[in-house]
Amino acid sequence: MSVNELIRLVFDASALGALLFLVSAGMSMIFGLMRIVNVAHGSFYLLGAYIAFGMLKVVDNQLLSYVVAIGVVTLFGAVLYSMLIERVATQPLRQILLTFGVVLVVGDIALFFWRGVPAALPVPDLLSGQFAIGRLTFPVYRLFVIGLGLAVAISLDIAQRKTRIGAMIRAGSDDLTMLACMGVNVRVLFVSVFAFGAALAALGGVLGGMFLGVYPGIDLDIVNLAFVVVIVGGLGSMRGAFAASLLIGLLDNITKAYVPELSLFAIYLLLVLVLAFRPTGLFAQRRIA
Amino acid sequence: MNRLWWVCAILLLAASALVSAGLVPPYYIGLMTEVMILALFVMSLDLLVGLVGLDSLGHAAFFGIGAYVVGLMSLRGVEDMGVLLLAAIAGGFVLGLAFGSIALRALGPYFLIITLALGYLPNALAIRWRGLTGGDDGLVMLGRPTLASYSLDSPARYFFLVAVVLVICVCLMQAIARSTFGYGLRGIRESPVRMTALGYHVWTYQYAAFVIAAVFASVAGALNAGYNLFVSPVDFGIERSAGALVAVILGGAGTLIGPAIGALAIMALRHSIGAVTQHWPLVLGLFYIAVILYAPRGLAFGLSDLLARWRRR
Repeated sequence: MSVNELIRLVFDASALGALLFLVSAGMSMIFGLMRIVNVAHGSFYLLGAYIAFGMLKVVDNQLLSYVVAIGVVTLFGAVLYSMLIERVATQPLRQILLTFGVVLVVGDIALFFWRGVPAALPVPDLLSGQFAIGRLTFPVYRLFVIGLGLAVAISLDIAQRKTRIGAMIRAGSDDLTMLACMGVNVRVLFVSVFAFGAALAALGGVLGGMFLGVYPGIDLDIVNLAFVVVIVGGLGSMRGAFAASLLIGLLDNITKAYVPELSLFAIYLLLVLVLAFRPTGLFAQRRIA
Repeated sequence: MNRLWWVCAILLLAASALVSAGLVPPYYIGLMTEVMILALFVMSLDLLVGLVGLDSLGHAAFFGIGAYVVGLMSLRGVEDMGVLLLAAIAGGFVLGLAFGSIALRALGPYFLIITLALGYLPNALAIRWRGLTGGDDGLVMLGRPTLASYSLDSPARYFFLVAVVLVICVCLMQAIARSTFGYGLRGIRESPVRMTALGYHVWTYQYAAFVIAAVFASVAGALNAGYNLFVSPVDFGIERSAGALVAVILGGAGTLIGPAIGALAIMALRHSIGAVTQHWPLVLGLFYIAVILYAPRGLAFGLSDLLARWRRR
């Protein structure tokens, strides 16, 4: 492998990793605080991308379409949580099956509206160019995704450790009853965190729609990768999710380039190895059983 | 609950009589065969969910391994269904040993996620290892397996094979559920701590139950492959695992017969909806949500109460 090849590989892997982080950060946060395993998290991604795609046909403004798509999905997340998921709180099996039902419903509705055609979102003009380092050229757009992923990761980490809401989330993960006794409205906190996670996933959908495209079934594909990221990184750990996203991005790109037969398998194998030797994930502090 | 078992046994006998008298169109024989295969799969999951309280989301892995063992061996010239079933059982056993040792490192929601992820491991292999598995296109078997030179190549004959295997498996499962081992498992479901204090090796019990459930699931997968003469990554899919869990909850976890009735109900729904609309996933999804929200105890208890009331009258 030449040095140029290596640089390109790491660059592409980082872009995929940043995207994965956007989706799995919300999922990890939701699990850490509420112990909710949300299979429908990939549906937020799917909806984000498809709504943006649909909006672009109506209005000729990319930024507006993307913002509206993320807004709609955020609202959908809040409604989904307060109308359905809240009713099965503390019952993991029912949560998973309920959210799986949501996956089926959303997937079928998306199929109805968008006819199941794979679609790609256009890259905004501002980000559409290439830039060159030596003889290598890179798309500016992917650099933007990497930068955004990094920025979100750093701000989430700071927010979790330094702000009042971050303190509430950390406290809620440890002892919910105590947090409620301190006068925090836990229900509002839960709905907000869930909706915020949905917004991040929709952002991932809009960004991912520009380089992975969007197609029926991507909801489950994405949520599976996010599950792997969240477990490998350690459930509820933001830094773990970030490191695991990059690791999975790298693994995916390497195997796709050199042993395509094992491309998906390698990721699940990594998961199994992590579970076998470090069942709490690479970065988790909590015991799991 | 015993009465419910009798009702179902009589229904199965009646169905068999009608089939052997040639009064049932092939299409409906096929439908009943599918229901029995699904019922076996769902009951194997209930061993885990209802008896031990281990909610596995990756149970389709064992269904899939049974199916793929049959598909692969049949394409290499093995035609005897007995041999194929034994091979599928061996496959389910080995995979159950491997996955159980990993999944049982965690409990509760973590167990759910880990089994979900494990379920994707063979799925990913089946999709990407095209040379062996045919990828997304799956494997098409060339002829229906035989049973010791006795052809199974008619809907009625295959129906009887599945019915016999189902009855044997149900008897075995009931024997397990009613054995000392089975009561040990129930104890572990209710209070692992107390069972540990009583001297039970909780992990070994859970591990054994996991492997047993895996074996029964692989039998269902093998029967399904022999029925459809086609295996594909869908056999491993989360749709199958999640659907089986919904059937368990709908029917009533821990009763074995309840989940089988749940499977029947879901098949009946699918059959009647499929004739009306293309939007089966939408209806199925709404049905899942409704079951999760509104079926706390399951059909088995409801039907059982109904039967009891009817008797008293």
